[in-house]
Formats: sequence, structure tokens, C-alpha cells
Amino acid sequence: MKFFLNTILILLFSFLSCLYFPWWSIAIVAFIIPVIIPQGHLASFISGFVGLFLLWGLLSLWISVSNDHILAHRVSLLIFKTDSPSLLIFVTGLIGAMVAGFAALTGSFLRGKSV
Amino acid sequence: MKIIAFILFGAITIFLILFFNSTMILPVPLGKLLSPQHGLWQNAEPQDEDYSAQLSFPQLKGKVKVYFDARLVPHVLADNENDAFFVQGYLHAKFRLWQMEFQTRAAAGRLSEVLGPITIDYDRDKRRLGMVYAAENSLSEIEKDPESLAQCDNYTAGVNAYIKSLNESTLPIEYKLLGYKPEKWTNLKSALFMKYMALELAGYEKDFEMTNAKSVFSSADFNKIYPIVMDSLDPIVPKDSVFPKPAIHLKIPASADSLYYDKKDSTTIVEQKPNPDNGSNNWAVSGKKTKSGSPILCNDPHLGLNLPSIWYEMQIKTPSYNAYGATFPGAPSIIIGFNDSCAWGFTNAMRDVRDYYEMKFKDESRREYWFDSSWQPTTFRIEDIKVKGQSDFLDTVAYTNLGPVMYDKRFSGGRNTNEKNYAVRWKAHDPSNELKMFALLNKAKNYKDYLRAIKYLHTPGQNCVFASKSGDIAIWDQGRFPAKWYRQGDFVMPGTDSNYLWQAMIPQRENPHLINPERGFVSSANQLPADTTYPYYLGGSFPPFRAFEINKRLATMNNITPQDMMKLQTDNYNVFGEMAAPVLIKNMKVDQLSPQEKKYFNILKNWDYRNDTASKGATLFVVTWDSLETKVWKDEFLKTGLELLWPSESTLFDDIQKYPDFRFFDDINTPQIETLSDDVTAAFKNACAVIKNADENGKMEWAKYKDTRVEHLARIDAFSRLHLPIGGGTNTINAANEQHGPSWRMVVSLTPETEAWGIYPGGQSGNPGSRFYDDFVSDWALGKYYQLWVMGDSDANDPKVKWVMSFN
Repeated sequence: MKFFLNTILILLFSFLSCLYFPWWSIAIVAFIIPVIIPQGHLASFISGFVGLFLLWGLLSLWISVSNDHILAHRVSLLIFKTDSPSLLIFVTGLIGAMVAGFAALTGSFLRGKSV
Repeated sequence: MKIIAFILFGAITIFLILFFNSTMILPVPLGKLLSPQHGLWQNAEPQDEDYSAQLSFPQLKGKVKVYFDARLVPHVLADNENDAFFVQGYLHAKFRLWQMEFQTRAAAGRLSEVLGPITIDYDRDKRRLGMVYAAENSLSEIEKDPESLAQCDNYTAGVNAYIKSLNESTLPIEYKLLGYKPEKWTNLKSALFMKYMALELAGYEKDFEMTNAKSVFSSADFNKIYPIVMDSLDPIVPKDSVFPKPAIHLKIPASADSLYYDKKDSTTIVEQKPNPDNGSNNWAVSGKKTKSGSPILCNDPHLGLNLPSIWYEMQIKTPSYNAYGATFPGAPSIIIGFNDSCAWGFTNAMRDVRDYYEMKFKDESRREYWFDSSWQPTTFRIEDIKVKGQSDFLDTVAYTNLGPVMYDKRFSGGRNTNEKNYAVRWKAHDPSNELKMFALLNKAKNYKDYLRAIKYLHTPGQNCVFASKSGDIAIWDQGRFPAKWYRQGDFVMPGTDSNYLWQAMIPQRENPHLINPERGFVSSANQLPADTTYPYYLGGSFPPFRAFEINKRLATMNNITPQDMMKLQTDNYNVFGEMAAPVLIKNMKVDQLSPQEKKYFNILKNWDYRNDTASKGATLFVVTWDSLETKVWKDEFLKTGLELLWPSESTLFDDIQKYPDFRFFDDINTPQIETLSDDVTAAFKNACAVIKNADENGKMEWAKYKDTRVEHLARIDAFSRLHLPIGGGTNTINAANEQHGPSWRMVVSLTPETEAWGIYPGGQSGNPGSRFYDDFVSDWALGKYYQLWVMGDSDANDPKVKWVMSFN
């Protein structure tokens, strides 16, 4: 239960903080949530990882679909030299997930109990 | 244990943040770029984006409504003129901000600030040419005219109103990718944009290469390879015209023979050049040749093909005028277009208004230079070129009474060493207010208004075509052109003697022009404006063939419809091919060809002289002619060790007709004497090797071989449109080259209710994440046109209106 709560809270507060603060504010959110609501280290990592993978992945997917992937076609070609909107969406989700996952893991060690 | 883990994972987190916030992978932080709420995803415009908006700005005096049609063309209906310019600035910025800023940065020699050391030489070239100096002079002229100043002030305010509304996530994507932010717009930036166009259109220069050629070739040879007039010429003002007695009497300097014509000095300068193909077609036919009985005006300016396009289409309607056409993001007014009374368009006049003088400084300090038997003081302009990621590059440019010393031992343009000092005299440095011309054309009601307007055009000189509903057609080869003596300014001139300066400007009324001619049409396609009976020396580079073909066609056409004109504008007939291919065929030693080469030879023989997309003959002709030029010129030219320009294709063609034993046919690297036949055969064999390769890769068809593209301004391939299926090319009316060509095709029928068509290879939005970014490109390649909708005051509820922006 705590796991879902943590994941949802990280997702939600990351979204809110990015409205006003730089992109890396997701790390602060993912760090703080497991400090307030402690859970296992692995569970914390997965909360952060999944929370941001969902947030950034789904946000970019939703944006890209309503754009008919016009931009994602072009930018994937520019960054990865291959025409793949799904790769761009995946990498977007992955970057957010990695940063938030490790931030949450770090937070869990500040307060958390070991599994 | 917990502490160690905390520190370890904390360090990993911080490392990840720093890594994704760094510029190690791309020039911008990847985390910021991909964050869906900050980065490039914010530029992915929904397919059903709603452009409607209610906006309110204290600067506006009245109301302005902007009605967007389905192609996202804005129809601006304003209560007063100044508000219209504010909104034009706002719309240009909203849809094209990055491009406007980038182009004016380029003009000012400030690209290194955002792109790094790679563009230092580009920037130095612009600084040393005095681009900012020229723009400043132009701005002071604009400021003297209250109307022009108000126009610019309001335009600038509109651009800045939009810039102010931007935040990190709404910045155009190029800023995010290149990692910088827009600056405030200024009137100087609009002036810089006009100089950017002046450089494109009146900056092409070959004095150094011609000086070199003069130093190594005999004068007989020189005149054969760089003749002044082509045989195939059909000038803008027909050949038999009589010109009034010139008001200016020029004195060739007494020392010209020894210090100029016969001087054998060479130079090591390598210039950055605008595309020599920057040309265009325009024509107007009178009502007696059209089906409707009303004149038709056509124009297609040939410029670099870029995304976002140099053009942005719009209509501006105020109580005093109603103009529609193509605009320049970066400058106010409609540039090429029409209003309720008339239409206008431009082609480049190609005149030489940029000359070089060799200066003599007293010493290394460059503080004094020798001029008319005394030492004159120099002024200095210190150019501080900011470079991204490096310390500033300082360049001190000496200014003389002739102009800035562009090349000296600190800058040769390329990698060569150069010990000499060359000052550049460029007409674009002189004060002028070209924006005034466009403002007046937008309001022009008749020929008199048009004539008054174009007098403001000093540089770049243009062939200004005009047609009115009252039935007039006209063309003026307009600009402030220096009156030159024979071959003045074709070579570097001595900078120590005032006799070599431009002695006067040609009076405007003496510029070549044609009004309502008997033949029923006026036209231009960058050919010479007049033949040698014109009393002033014309200089420049004037391609003859497109004009020749256009005039031939227009002369025989009657009952012309706008559709006929569209067909003519997109015609792929290669008149040069018609003249030159038989020369290749006649001189081919067919018995020396291999079976494969014979197969290709038959394709060439059966070519219909059309550069259509699927034509293989066109590819064979073009590659063979190129190869023949190499065969004829390369041996002699390479031997000189100097920077030289190859003679034009029409020159080689004329030489072949006139001199059967032309000295240059011989390959000087072989013991035997080659003839034209030897060269043609060898050239064809070389061409076949190239073509065989293309053939094997399925790229022998002309469009595939030519491979036209519309390239993103920052040369980002992913934001460009590549491999377009379009025919034409150099010397065809449809002048679509590799990355250059008809940048705005327009046909205007001046019937009581104007009917007009147009298209440009781009789209109204500059955002690569918008469906309007490049939506015209495919239709453009296919030669299609869009009918232009001139909106009236009562059309607000017309179904053509898709979005409405209200400004208060």
C-alpha cells in the first residue's frame, strides 16, 4: 500500500514542482517522499523509478500522440540518428526514472528501515 | 552502513543530475531538453492547436483582428496603420522568432556568440565588410523619416511584446537545442535584416579573381573567357532601344593603362560569396495579351531554399490600403505582392556595386594612408566578437574615406597569407531607406505611385516589375548605381588616387526601363538590362538563358490565362541544352565509345531538352557540360596557381561557336594538341563514369541526381526536407537547384476582382513541431499553387476563417 502511495505522491508532486522549478526538482521530490513515508530501500527505488517513468513517459507519449509524432520523428532523427518516436519517449521516461529512482533510494537511507 | 549507502546513492543521484544537466551529450542539458514540462516536448504542437486568442497591449491605439485561414495565413484587419505594424511584428515573432534573430545575428557577425569558434571567420567577414556600419547608416536615414520610424517602432514593439510573453518552456525549439535565449528586438535589427538581403543580392563579387586572371592571361585570351556581353543576350530593354544622352560624363583616369588595365598584380584573397544564382524571374503581360483583358503579373525570386522559409505570407488591411503577399520576418510591410489597385515584384539587377581598392598605409600602425598625394588619418572600429565557450576575439578594422579595409595581413578571407590592404567600397554602406519603398508600394494606386516608391530603392538594385488594374505594365532596373567607365571596378583599383573613385551615381531617370511596350509584355530574369548602346558600363554577372526563353515564349503567347503563367513559371525547358547539346553530339567521336557509353550517348541524343524529374538525358547533358568545362579550363587554370573563377557556361558555348581552334581546347599536360572533339569525347567518358555510378544506385533520373532540398537554417538535416521530386535547375525557368530556387511563386491577375495564386517551399510556422512547418513543400515541388484569398471587411464569418486573434 505504502508503495503505491509513494509512487503516486512522487508522480504527483514531481508534476507540480516542474510547473515552477527546474527539471531536477523531481530528484528533491523523490528524495523527500520516502523520508516522510518510509518504506524498504528497493521499494523506494522502484517508487521513484516507476513514478517518473510513468510521469515523463506518459506525458511525452500523450503530447506526442496529439502531435501525430511530428516533432518526435524529427528529434529522434536528430539525437539518435534513427527515426523512432517511441525511442525518444522511452529515453525521456528513463532519464526521469533513473534520477528519481536514485533520489528516492537515497531518501530511504536517510530514514528507512532495511528490507 | 546506512550512512555509507546514503552517501553512495546520494552521490549517484547528484552525478546523474549533473550528467543530465551537462552539455556532454548535446550542446544543451539532456534532462532539461527532454523534461516534458520544460523541453522540446513543449514544442510539439497538438494537431488541433487553437490559434485563437484575446490579447491586449497598451501600445495599441485601436482594434486589430487577425483571421487565420486553413493554411495559417493571417489576414490582419487593423483600425490604423501603426497598429497593423505592431501586429505584423507580433505575428512574425510568434511564428518565426528564432529565424529572425538568427539571420540578423548572422548579418551582424554575431554567430560565434551562440555557435562557438566554428563561425569566427564568418563573423569576421561580416564585421570587416562593415555590415553593422551599413545598418547604422540605414537606420539614421530611417529615423529621419517620421513615417518609417513609426513603422519600425511599432513593428519592434510588436516583436518585443511577443518575446516578453515567452518563458523557458515556450521558447522556440532551436533556442533549446542550441542553448541560448532571444534578445530584445530593435530597429537596428530590422535594418540589419535589410543589409542581410543586400549582401545576398548585391554582395557577389569577383574583383580578386578577375584581377588574378588579368595578371596571367593575355588581353586577347582574357576577353574571350570573360566577355562583357553574351551572344545569346536578350536584354530587359530590347536591343534596338535608344537611350537619352547621358547626364554624367565620365573621365577615365589618365593613369588607367599603366595602373589599371595593364597592371599584372595578383592577389591571394579568398572571398566568402553569396550564391551567384541569387536571381529571379518576373514578368507582366498587358491586357491585350490576356484572356481576361486585364494584366497579369508574375514573380518567382530565386533564393536559398531554407526552413523556416525566408518568406511569411500575409494580408494587411487598414483604412488606407489593402495589401497581400510575401513578407520578410524581420522587416515591416508586404515585400512582394499586390493591393486593390496593382501588383509588384522583383528580380535581382546583378549590378556590381561592390569594389575593392588597394590602400597604402604609412606604417604598421595603419594610422595614416596615402591618398591624393598626402597622408590621411584612418579611423578604427574595434570589433569585439564574443565566442561561446572561449574568450572574445578582437578585430580592429581600419576605415578610410573609401570604406573599411576588409582584407589585410590579419585577414585574407581564407588560409592564404596576404600582405596587401584592400578597402571595400560598397553601395550598401551609404545611407538609404529601402523600407520606405515597400511601405509606399503597399499603398500604391497607379504607375506614378509605384515610380515614387521605387526611387527609395538604392541597394540591392532590383528589376521592379509593375502592373495595375488601370492597364499599365512597367519594369525599372532600379537602384542607385555608380556610373562607371569601361571595366571600372572589374578589378582591384588603386586606392591612392581620387580619379579611381566612383565619380557619380547614374541619375534615376537614366536607369533602363520599359513602360507599356508595343510587344505587350515586360520581363526580367537577371540578364543584362540593356545592350552596349546604354551609355554606362554595366559590369556584374548576367545569366542570359532564362530571359531568352521567357521572352521567346511571352512573345508568341496570346489569350493568356493565369494557368498558362503557372505553367510557364514551372517550365523545365532547358534552352541552354537546346543550344549546347547539339554541339556535344556533333563533336562526339562515337567510334571511341564503349558499348555502355554508346547507350548513354543515345539517351543524350534523344533528349528532349527538358529537365523533367524523370529525364535521364538532362542528367547526361548537365554532367557532360560540367565535365567539358573541366576539360577545357582546368589545365590552364590550375597552372596559374591563383584563385580564379571559371568562365560562365554561356561563355564556353560562345567560344566554341566563334573560335574553332580555341587555344584552351588543348590539354597543356599532353604532348599532342587536343581539339574540341577530343575534349568533348573525353568529357563524355568522364561524365559516363559518374553517371554509371548514379545509374547503379538508381539515381540517374534528373530529380534524383540533382537532389533538391530545403535546408534548415542551422543545417539540421532532421529539420530539413530532403530529396524533393522537382525538375528544372540552372538555365530553366523553373530554376530549382540543389538548395536554391523559386522561393515564392506568385501569379496575380489584375481583373476587377483580383485573382492571385502563390506558394513557397515552407510553411507558415517556423516550429518543426507544427503541422504548418513544411506543409507547402510537397505541393511546391509538384508545381502546384494555392489561390490567395483576399479577405474583405465583411468576411469575418466566412468558413475560410479558422482562428481569430483579437488585439486590443
